Amino acid sequence: MARIAGVDLPRNKRMEIALTYIFGLGRSSARQILTEAGVNFDIKSDDVTEDDLQNIRRVIDEKYKVEGDLRREILGNVKRLMDLGCYRGLRHRKGLPVRGQRTKTNARTRKGPRRR
Amino acid sequence: MARSIKKGPFVDDHLAKKVAVAKEGGSRRVIQTWSRRSTITPDFVGLTFAVYNGKTFVPVSVTENMVGHKLGEFSPTRTFYSHIKGEGKGRKR
Repeated sequence: MARIAGVDLPRNKRMEIALTYIFGLGRSSARQILTEAGVNFDIKSDDVTEDDLQNIRRVIDEKYKVEGDLRREILGNVKRLMDLGCYRGLRHRKGLPVRGQRTKTNARTRKGPRRR
Repeated sequence: MARSIKKGPFVDDHLAKKVAVAKEGGSRRVIQTWSRRSTITPDFVGLTFAVYNGKTFVPVSVTENMVGHKLGEFSPTRTFYSHIKGEGKGRKR
């Protein structure tokens, strides 16, 4: 079973897809990593050799911020805005959309489930 | 789209002048301004502005973190109302 960047172990998926289970990697960055590590996109995650895994880990370590580090960076950025007292920070504090979307209706992603 | 780097940050001329004077004189006077659209540049750090929000001047003391934001971001133009149970309409925060 493959284990990359901590706890992620997707089973029996194509590598191109398996890598997207890591927080911070999508299809496009998964492809770039595989190309650079010289691994076939279509190989199943159970069949990857240890060498290939090492290569993939190396590329991710060098070029990408994933999982905990990335989450911490994002939290840090949001916290900066909140401490600053600027408009975007206020919106984060109130849990409302930050980028000028309407709130008369919709905005449920930020506001959470409907109340009353 | 982001602003072209070639142009540099936008600061209204009248505000830039006031800042230059305040920096030179080292005066602690609050700078009253309507120019919410001006970017905060490193020269602004340490100064206090009174930024108009359409009704009153909101005091903003500029810190290093604020560089790159606009003055208007620190002077909210809307009052946030929510229905609070028991006391009817109330202002929040």
